[in-house]
Amino acid sequence: MDAPIRAREALGFILFSLLFSICRSSSLNHLLISNAERRIDLSSHIVKVYLTLKVENAGSTPTSEVFLSFPPTQVDHLATVEALVTKGKRKKTTLVRLDVKPTELPDAPNDAKYFTIYLANPLKSGESTTLEVLYLLTHSQEPFPAEIAQSESQLVYYRDSALILSPYHIKQQTTFIKTPSTKVESFTRVEPSNRAGTEIKYGPYEDHPPYSFSPILIHFENNSPFAVVEELVREVEISHWGNLQVTEQYTLVHAGARHKGVFSRVDFQSRPTLNGASSLRYLLARLPPRVHSVYYRDEIGNISSSHLRTDSRKSELEIEPRYPLFGGWKATFVIGYGLPLQDFLFETSDDRRYLNFTFGCPLLETVVDKLTVKVVLPEGSKDPSAVVPFPVEQHLETKYSYLDVVGRTVVVMEKKNLVPTHNSHFQVYYTFKPIFMLAEPLMLASAFFLFFVACVAYLHIDLSIRK
Amino acid sequence: MSNSYTSDILKPFKLKTKQQELLIRVLILCLVYILAFITRLFSVLRYESMIHEFDPYFNYRTTLYVTQHGFYDFWNWFDYESWYPLGRIVGGTLYPGLMVTAALIYRLLHFLRFAVHIREVCVLTAPFFASNTTLVAYFFGKEIWDSGAGLVAAILIAVCPGYISRSVAGSYDNEGVAIFALLFTFYLFVKAVNTGSLAWGLASAFGYFYMVSAWGGYVFIINLIPLYVLVLLITGRYSMRLYVAYNCLYILGMLLAMQIRFVGFQHVQSGEHMAAMGVFFLMQVFYFLDWVKHMLSDTNLFQEFLRITVTCAVAVGGIALGVGMASGYISPWTGRFYSLLDPTYAKDHIPIIASVSEHQPTAWSSFMFDFHILLFLFPAGLYFCFKRLSDATIFIVMYGLTSMYFAGVMVRLILVATPAVCLISAIAVSATVKNLTVLLRSKTKVAQIGSTKGTSSAKASSKASLDQSQPFQKNGAMALLFGAFYLLSRYATHCTWVTSEAYSSPSIVLAARGAHGNRVIFDDYREAYFWLRQNTPLDAKVMSWWDYGYQITAMGNRTVIVDNNTWNNTHIATVGRAMSSYEDEAYEIIRSLDVDYVLVVFGGVTGYSSDDINKFLWMVRIGGGVFPVIKEPDYLVNGEYRIDKGAAPKMLNCLMYKLSYYRFGEMMTEYGKPPGYDRARGVEIGNKDIKLEHLEEAFTTSNWIVRIYKVKPPNNRW
Repeated sequence: MDAPIRAREALGFILFSLLFSICRSSSLNHLLISNAERRIDLSSHIVKVYLTLKVENAGSTPTSEVFLSFPPTQVDHLATVEALVTKGKRKKTTLVRLDVKPTELPDAPNDAKYFTIYLANPLKSGESTTLEVLYLLTHSQEPFPAEIAQSESQLVYYRDSALILSPYHIKQQTTFIKTPSTKVESFTRVEPSNRAGTEIKYGPYEDHPPYSFSPILIHFENNSPFAVVEELVREVEISHWGNLQVTEQYTLVHAGARHKGVFSRVDFQSRPTLNGASSLRYLLARLPPRVHSVYYRDEIGNISSSHLRTDSRKSELEIEPRYPLFGGWKATFVIGYGLPLQDFLFETSDDRRYLNFTFGCPLLETVVDKLTVKVVLPEGSKDPSAVVPFPVEQHLETKYSYLDVVGRTVVVMEKKNLVPTHNSHFQVYYTFKPIFMLAEPLMLASAFFLFFVACVAYLHIDLSIRK
Repeated sequence: MSNSYTSDILKPFKLKTKQQELLIRVLILCLVYILAFITRLFSVLRYESMIHEFDPYFNYRTTLYVTQHGFYDFWNWFDYESWYPLGRIVGGTLYPGLMVTAALIYRLLHFLRFAVHIREVCVLTAPFFASNTTLVAYFFGKEIWDSGAGLVAAILIAVCPGYISRSVAGSYDNEGVAIFALLFTFYLFVKAVNTGSLAWGLASAFGYFYMVSAWGGYVFIINLIPLYVLVLLITGRYSMRLYVAYNCLYILGMLLAMQIRFVGFQHVQSGEHMAAMGVFFLMQVFYFLDWVKHMLSDTNLFQEFLRITVTCAVAVGGIALGVGMASGYISPWTGRFYSLLDPTYAKDHIPIIASVSEHQPTAWSSFMFDFHILLFLFPAGLYFCFKRLSDATIFIVMYGLTSMYFAGVMVRLILVATPAVCLISAIAVSATVKNLTVLLRSKTKVAQIGSTKGTSSAKASSKASLDQSQPFQKNGAMALLFGAFYLLSRYATHCTWVTSEAYSSPSIVLAARGAHGNRVIFDDYREAYFWLRQNTPLDAKVMSWWDYGYQITAMGNRTVIVDNNTWNNTHIATVGRAMSSYEDEAYEIIRSLDVDYVLVVFGGVTGYSSDDINKFLWMVRIGGGVFPVIKEPDYLVNGEYRIDKGAAPKMLNCLMYKLSYYRFGEMMTEYGKPPGYDRARGVEIGNKDIKLEHLEEAFTTSNWIVRIYKVKPPNNRW
């Protein structure tokens, strides 16, 4: 079993080394990484990788850009990359967030993709700094076997490299991989590597040239439900009468090992720990405080299995799908709630208004493949513009709601592959004249007035032909 | 001084008595209108805005189709999701009135920029039309008696349980708009008869058209009105007004009704519509005779002519009918029609009609339940009608009597009788109260004139006796009035209670009281349907008993083998046969029907009694009606239906039993009872070791109410 893997990995290693020896001449190489530590957390279906890099400038010119490289297979699943640098000395350290942007390099070997970290202060020759990098990968654990019965637990593959893929020379590196349980079927050995409890340690490895790569494969048990929202449409409707109405349409799927064969309710009810261990029974949504009129329904009506807990700082909505979700099963549903407007709508000094709201999905520990946020501005608002902390696709739509004549402007933002860390705030700026608020009540009032006038007129006019 | 001053100021605002009366009447009508609407909202408040029961789900699905695809696509819609593999031409096999109405309301609301969902429109259609019915009842009452009777009729019909049973919010069925259309047509016709106006006749023809488009119950109109005309002819009340009204309604109504594809040429071809045609020709004969009588002065000659003409007319009519019947041009009466005339017919010949609980003959208790005091007021109202006989009162009497008969034959036809009962009872109430108040008011006047202190009752009654009236008249009137109001208030409380307790359950979501008095909701149906919708292949075929067909297609969005439109008895019998056969025989049938999933409803865990095991004997009967291999006695032990150890072996091993009780034997349902204790029937099941060979459990809902099995592909042959 182990032998072919080893052979393949060795081959890969050789190929990579060959390739990289060719592109040695790249201009990046005046930096080197003196120490790198990587911790990969596989406990849920979102892979969290913490990378600590000690970067040293071995060249002669100061530089402020540090490149991170990823194999192309990982880039597709990369949800977010963050970089932090520690500032200050000893106990007074603070973490400062740095800009990270995807970059294209002309001579990228084997289609490796790059991210650039922009340092706040250029790194002078001979200096070194420590960077903390966090990146999250989605859809990176492949269930194997791909189909399991109700009583089996879910086993997955995780593929990565024992060595950190980097455009720089790494003097020393270690990788720790944390698995959700002690049950690990197999893992690729790249000496020195060993396993203790829920942790697999690769390294320390000394002095590896740039673009060193050594594929590893870990086969382990992961019974956490793979909750993936294939599509989420969040609609935020602003009413200047004091309410913010949020409607979220989910298409939820259990992306783990597919369910095979029978579903037995007896077993599921009587032995819940052994049966359907990886099934998705409930979800937790974290909603803003002071939420009201919460509903949870789907195309065919209300779903009665939900609980709302509110306190002054947050609200938690626990929802159960109509049926437990096994691998491959789907459920679509809608969550809607109202919020007090004053918590989210503010005015700028130049008389514009802006909505400040969270972008991502309120469900915990879920991956969203495609998210569409629609902000429905009140009728009569002008010049909408959105400010989002990460790149999104934007366009405008028009929506007609109750008593709308010209329609409401909708700011639509779309983003793919989201993880809970995307729950940061975004702003939508627009101008609005309060006089428009009166349009709809006036319309209603005049309609009633006309109706009564018509009634009075009918009672007072004699329309008969014969006298 | 100050008093006169204020009255001076208020003078321009003071209304005349007539205006006051109008104001009060309009106010009462408005209140009744609102009351009729809100009393039907119990289920929305208690559960949610949802469609109820079985048939409404089909109507909802088709309405959705109309709004999404437009009317012409709807008209030509071939629905391949039902009656697999036959499919159903929906446009040609339904009464589109309800769907078109709801779609129009939806369009109108959207035109007025009310962005409501079509579901809300569908849920509230029935209450909205019930409100409109109260208005029609008012005008009808006004037409046949007076405006007082109209008001009382409006109030009575607004809350009458017989009507509410079919018109609560969510009960989106044909009857919801049809009762409005029925009463409206009758009202317009009576108005036409009373006025002899062509305009009203035309209006009644359009009312009839709407009724035809909405409900198969239009047959009642097309038979009652000729009967009524015949009675008028016999009693010598023939008039030009009647001639105009009936001919206009019949000819125009018939032509309009032919535009509905499901009805088509039935007006000239079906036996059920022949009475109307016969009366139409009779009417022409009458008119002709009238004309001849007018022309001839000799009475003897006319008598002779009359005899010859009537004989010829009857002979020609008889021959035409005979030839029509014999040549097959005129179709004979349908089974449903027969079962109305002969209540025992369905039981012997059409088990599928007899299996529906709402087709059972009505019990006395349900009359009491649905009509309450109206049951006693009805004869009183008839008495008043006979006392003041007119064309209009004859009509309402006939409507009341015939519909009462039908209500006795079938539970669901109580609905048709309700408007008549309400109107006739309203006449009784109105006439009684009016008489009593007239008595009271005249008395007080006398008392005031007679003495300055006419307040004490003793004095008043002594005055009364002095005034040559019956003793204790005022007191008696007072007591009777109180009694009447007491009864009416009892009626109101009864109606509210019935509405809230009996008629406001959606039957999709079941509610029960938990151990701590809290409300427990069993939402298993939707759980199962939604599971089907999300987790089965799009083209999966689901076999279930026909009751759940509409719900599976509407909520589960999957193809079904049979559904609630029970037009193909053989197909249903095939499903019944599969359910009542042994598993391997059933597997053959299931394979031949290309079924992927089998769905059964099982109440053994929750004690839900209207499940498939309790309906099973009907499956056997209907299956056996077409396939004689299935014999009812095989499933019974000494004529008794049992599921425990003493049950018949065929029963214990048939597919339905196996699917219902698969792995139920391991389940503890009630404390202190052995495992496998069926709570719906209160026995321990007889076969706990059930093995399935060709099917496998695919899904069971959390309370086991719905169980879905997947049909395995056939084994490889080696």
